[in-house]
Amino acid sequence: MTTTSSPTATTTLEYRRPRGLVAMFHDGAIATWRNLVQLPRTPELVLFTLIQPVMFVLLFTYVFGGSIGQSLPPGLSYAQFLIPGIMVQTIVFGTSQTSVGLADDLQKGLVDRFRSLPIARSAVLTGRIAADTVRLSMVAVVLVLVGYVVGFRFEGGWFWGLAMIVGAVAFGFAMSWIMALIGLSVRDPETASTAGFVWLFPLTFVSSVFVPVYSMPGWLQPIARNNPVTLTANLLRELAIIGRPAGGTVLPVVLWIVGITAVFGPLAVSKYRRV
Amino acid sequence: MANPIIEVEDLHKRFGQTQALAGVSLSVEPGTVLGLLGPNGAGKTTTVRVLATLLKPDSGRATVAGYDVLTQADEVRTVIGLTGQYAAVDEKLTGHENLWMVGRLLGMNKAQAHQRADELLERFRLSDAGDRQVRTYSGGMRRRVDLAVSLVGRPSVLFLDEPTTGLDPVSRFEMWDVTRELLADGTTVLLTTQYLEEADELADRIVVIDKGAVIAEGTADELKDRTGGRTLEVTLRHAADVDAALAAITPSVGAEAVRVDRELHQLSVPVEQDTRRAAGIVAQLTDAGIEIDDFSLQRPSLDDVFVALTGHVADDGSDETDDAASGSGRRYRGPLPGGTDELLEHEKEPKR
Repeated sequence: MTTTSSPTATTTLEYRRPRGLVAMFHDGAIATWRNLVQLPRTPELVLFTLIQPVMFVLLFTYVFGGSIGQSLPPGLSYAQFLIPGIMVQTIVFGTSQTSVGLADDLQKGLVDRFRSLPIARSAVLTGRIAADTVRLSMVAVVLVLVGYVVGFRFEGGWFWGLAMIVGAVAFGFAMSWIMALIGLSVRDPETASTAGFVWLFPLTFVSSVFVPVYSMPGWLQPIARNNPVTLTANLLRELAIIGRPAGGTVLPVVLWIVGITAVFGPLAVSKYRRV
Repeated sequence: MANPIIEVEDLHKRFGQTQALAGVSLSVEPGTVLGLLGPNGAGKTTTVRVLATLLKPDSGRATVAGYDVLTQADEVRTVIGLTGQYAAVDEKLTGHENLWMVGRLLGMNKAQAHQRADELLERFRLSDAGDRQVRTYSGGMRRRVDLAVSLVGRPSVLFLDEPTTGLDPVSRFEMWDVTRELLADGTTVLLTTQYLEEADELADRIVVIDKGAVIAEGTADELKDRTGGRTLEVTLRHAADVDAALAAITPSVGAEAVRVDRELHQLSVPVEQDTRRAAGIVAQLTDAGIEIDDFSLQRPSLDDVFVALTGHVADDGSDETDDAASGSGRRYRGPLPGGTDELLEHEKEPKR
C-alpha cells in the first residue's frame, strides 16, 4: 500500500506491502521474530527449553540408570539408550507451549490486532510454529551437549547425528499442529497448558523412551510398540548408535509426521480462520 | 456535505441466545468523531468488530472508506486502525518493538519502521519508556502505546473501543487530549464508550444504542434537547431569603416542582423549553425584593438523557455482558497494571 501523509506527520514514508506468497513469508518471518525475541524474556520457556532436559538427563542417568541399564542388551549403555528417547520426550512436552502461546495471543487480543492489519492471515500461526520449531531445535542441541557429559556419543558419525536432531525436531513440528488446534480451541492459556499437557504423560511414558518395551507387561507391549513416540525414539537411536537406519524404521516415522501434519495442520488453519 | 466515510446499514448478529445486533444503522462523516454510546452488552464492541473485519454479521451491510467490510476486507484493513478495550500489544516486547513490528508488517523497511516508532513514542510521551517491555507500563501508558500501534499505518479511520474504560481520571484526561490531537489531523474516529461524559467531550455526533439497536442519534445538544426539560437554577444571595423566595414563586409554579438546596441557597425549577417562563420566575423574585447572586438555565446531562431514552441508568458494571454479547470471551480480563485500575473501572466517573 502507499501512504498519504497526514498534515502533522513529520516524515513522509513511501512503502509498499509485499503481495501473495512473498507476503506470507515476509509476515510469517516478522511474527517468528516476535516470538523468538520473547524467548529469553520468558522464564518458564527458558526452564522448558534448557533446565528441564538437563535435569531429566541427569536424574534418569544417575537414579534409574543402574537398574534399567541391566535390562538393556549387552554393550548398550543407558546414556546411549536414554538420550534419543529423552530427546523425543522433551520435544513432545515442549510443543505444549505452542497451545499456551496461541491461547495467550487470543485472550490478550493480539490475534485481533494482527487480523485487523492488512497482512497475511496465516502470519500468527506460521510465526508461532516456526518460532517453536527453532526453540525445539535448541532443546535438541542442549540434550546432545548434556548427553556428551554423561557418556552419550554419536557412534555413527556427526552426519547421522544431525539427521537424528532433524528427525526429532520434525516430529515436534508435526505435534505442534495438534497443540495449535488445542490452543485455538480452548482459548485461555491456563486451560491450554493443562489440555496440552496431561495426555503427553501416557503418550511418552507408554513408549520406549525410558525403558525397553519388552520390560513392560504383555498387554501394554503392543500399545507401546506402535506408539509413534516409540517409533521415533527407536529411529533416533539407530541414527545415533549405528548411523544409517537399519531399514523399515524410517517409513513409519515419516508417515506419522506427514500424517499428523496433514490432518492437524488444516484443522488448525480452519480453526484459526473462524476464531 | 461529503459522502459518509463509514456507512452501516441494518446490521444483525446473533450469538446463541443473545441478539447482539438487531438492526444497527449509522453513518459517519469524514474527519468527525462519532460517539457510539451505550451500556455494557448494547452491541458497541460487536459493531466495531464488524467494521474492523473481525466478525461477519448475520445480515446487513457496512462500508468503510467505500470498501465493503465483507467483500473487500483487505482494502478495509489498509485504511483502519483499531484500539481495543484491552491493550492488544505484546507485553513481552518493548514499546518500540511493538511499533516497529507493525511498521514492518505494513511493508516499511527497517529504517522507516524505526523512524515511525520513534515518532509515535515521542508524540505519545513514551520516549523514555520506549525500550522497556510493555508489561512494566502503567495502565495509561499501555493504552497510549496501543493507540500508537494502531496509528503506525496512518489510518484514515480509527476505531477507539472504550479507550478509557478502567483508567484513572488523570490517564483518562490524557487519552482525551491525545484523541483531540488526532482529530486535528483529520482522522475520522468511531469512539465507543459507556461514559456519557466522554461522548460529550469528544464526539461531534452521538449514536445511542441499547440492546443491539439505535435508540437515538444527534449532537450532544440535540439529545439533551430531546429530553425536553431545562431547569432554571437560581442562587440567592442570602440563605435567609429561601422561604420568602419560595413564597414568591409557588403561586405560579406549584410547590412540588421546586427543588430547594438550603445549604447552597439554591432553587431549581423545571421550565421545559419555555425561556419566557424562566425569565418570569426571575422577575417574580426580584419584584419580591430578593437579591439574586446567579441564575442559569441548565440542560439535562447526558446521564439524564440516557435514563429518559432507555428507561434505565447507564450501567458501568461488570464486563461480562458485553463480552458475552460480542462473543469475544477471549478478551483479556486479568488485572491491569497499576493495581487500582480494576477498582476504578467500576467507579462512576464523577460529574464535572
